Amino acid sequence: MAQFEPVLTRHFAVPDGHLLKTYESKGGYQAARKAITEMDPDKVVQIVKDSELRGRGGAGFPTGLKWSFLPKDRKETFMCVNGDESEPATFNNRQLIELDPHQFIEGMLISCFATKASTAYVYLRFEYIHAFRIMETAIAEAREAGHLGKNIYGSGFDLEIYCHRGAGAYICGEETGLIESLEGKRGWPRIKPPFPAIEGAFRKPTVVNNVETLACVPHIIERGADWFKSIGTPKSYGPKLYCVSGHVNKQVCIELPLGVTTRELIEEHAGGVWKGRKLKATVPGGISMGVMSADEQDVKLDFEDIKKTGCLGLGTAAVTVMDDQTSMVDYLYNTSRFFAHESCGQCTPCREGTTWMYKTFKRIKAGGGRLEDLDVLGQMAENMGLTPGTTICGLADGAAWPIKNVLAKFRPELEEYIRTHQAPRPIVSPLQKAIAAGISADPTNTALQIVPSPQAALRSPHAS
Amino acid sequence: MAAEATTPMLTPAIREKILAYIPRYPSKRAVTLPALHIVHEYLRCVPYQAMVEIAELLEITAAEVHDTMSFYGFFPQAPIGDVRVWICRSLSCMITGGDEMLEYACKKLGVRSGQTTPDGKLTVEFAECLGICDYAPAALADDGRIFGPLTPEKVDAMLEELKKGPVDPSHGLNPSSGAAKPSTSEVLNSKPN
Repeated sequence: MAQFEPVLTRHFAVPDGHLLKTYESKGGYQAARKAITEMDPDKVVQIVKDSELRGRGGAGFPTGLKWSFLPKDRKETFMCVNGDESEPATFNNRQLIELDPHQFIEGMLISCFATKASTAYVYLRFEYIHAFRIMETAIAEAREAGHLGKNIYGSGFDLEIYCHRGAGAYICGEETGLIESLEGKRGWPRIKPPFPAIEGAFRKPTVVNNVETLACVPHIIERGADWFKSIGTPKSYGPKLYCVSGHVNKQVCIELPLGVTTRELIEEHAGGVWKGRKLKATVPGGISMGVMSADEQDVKLDFEDIKKTGCLGLGTAAVTVMDDQTSMVDYLYNTSRFFAHESCGQCTPCREGTTWMYKTFKRIKAGGGRLEDLDVLGQMAENMGLTPGTTICGLADGAAWPIKNVLAKFRPELEEYIRTHQAPRPIVSPLQKAIAAGISADPTNTALQIVPSPQAALRSPHAS
Repeated sequence: MAAEATTPMLTPAIREKILAYIPRYPSKRAVTLPALHIVHEYLRCVPYQAMVEIAELLEITAAEVHDTMSFYGFFPQAPIGDVRVWICRSLSCMITGGDEMLEYACKKLGVRSGQTTPDGKLTVEFAECLGICDYAPAALADDGRIFGPLTPEKVDAMLEELKKGPVDPSHGLNPSSGAAKPSTSEVLNSKPN
């Protein structure tokens, strides 16, 4: 562990690391040259398969296997890179793009060669404004130097990379939602099968990979599958960028072998819990993955072990730390608010369920909670998402998991909160005011029943 | 929503920019998002007339453009301020004070989240995770500047800075400027690491 040598982040501290000449001077594009001029695509796929590289975007699907699902007789393939990193607390892809864009482009180059894709779209979320500029510059530089374009390295392989910017929708990080958005439609996830490998972007076979996944590829080609498998824990190999944020002294993104614990992350890399307080809970990998209590901090953050805690999975390995003064009601209020805002509205259980959960937590937080709410919320959480099979994509699972986990791990706290935070209803309609003032008002007059809109309804930029 | 404009809303320069995207994709409809971004960049909003004209360029219907445009929370139909700033309210930011910072900024400017200041300089909005959690609680301006970790004093400084208008989009990209990081954030940033 002590000898772990960072690879993905090795150029992060290098001045001008985002420029091609810096990257080339450090041996950049050698792996791509080796793959394209000396290997055939199937061999590259085989090496990646042997390395057991698993997707870094959240689901952890084996990358090589994904590539091998492409039909053998395909004529055209598209590569879509998922840079719509919208999972709360995750920012590793942003750093990978901003600080070492050519490593990522080299990864794309090799992966497109392996999958015979001659067009790659980098779907970048709009909020990564700086990363977008860096990417545009880096692509132009790489094309100029002959790493992209026609007949790369004289091999007859062509590749064009385009950045496609999102517009602030979390759901476009779901691979088929991303494809729909790329095609110029609303980002509604598609029913699978067919999976993108068979019918994806523009109805052609498509590979969708995460930025970090592709950034691993040049290193696998350069150092071999065995090197990659020497890092990490069984079934979860390789280095991983862990993001730590929230109640810590130092919010960081750090590269470590897969399988560190949150305790190590917090104490050794993030400077400990802030203000000298104690830890209460951590979110292991973006808020969709659920929550871990203070006594589960020695569980390894890899694709397998994490499930023992009842969490959904490793997710994006973005750890949010919460100190002992954080209320779990606030946490659930936040997660439910997020998912209610980001549900795409396609499937009823999710569209209605997430909003309903948000309203419930808003009411509980404001002092109008009822103990039965917890049972109903638990039932809701069990009945929405891919796990019970009621939605097209996994967003609803992500919305349900924090609730399931908190009910299992912190239920007494929620009950205590509901009991001790009972307040009169905060929203009073004009009719109620009239009744209270002793004015005789017509109760059928609907104008009197209009309740002031909650703040959230006023978010539209043109509602003035 | 009446199409009162007799002269086209999109200038030849905007049209040219949109048309340049067409060879990138196998279908013209795929240019919808880039076109919306281009129009938004020039006009600071996407009015209905612009949607009609985008539709003509891409050989789709205006309804299809509107369908896509309205799905994303990004494109307003009336102009926003010279600078748009998002203050994050997702988990890492909220637990470190993001909601309070948004409230503070709104109060200071005398607007609600999503509104523009009367002088048209600044639009302030909440955002769900901006992906800059290492600056939590954080804010992002639409010219790329990052602000954080925010405190009431830093919100004051940020708003002052943003009222001066957007910065040159190429900042931080030139080799001489060293670290690839927006300049103002460095000034305002007192990140411990």
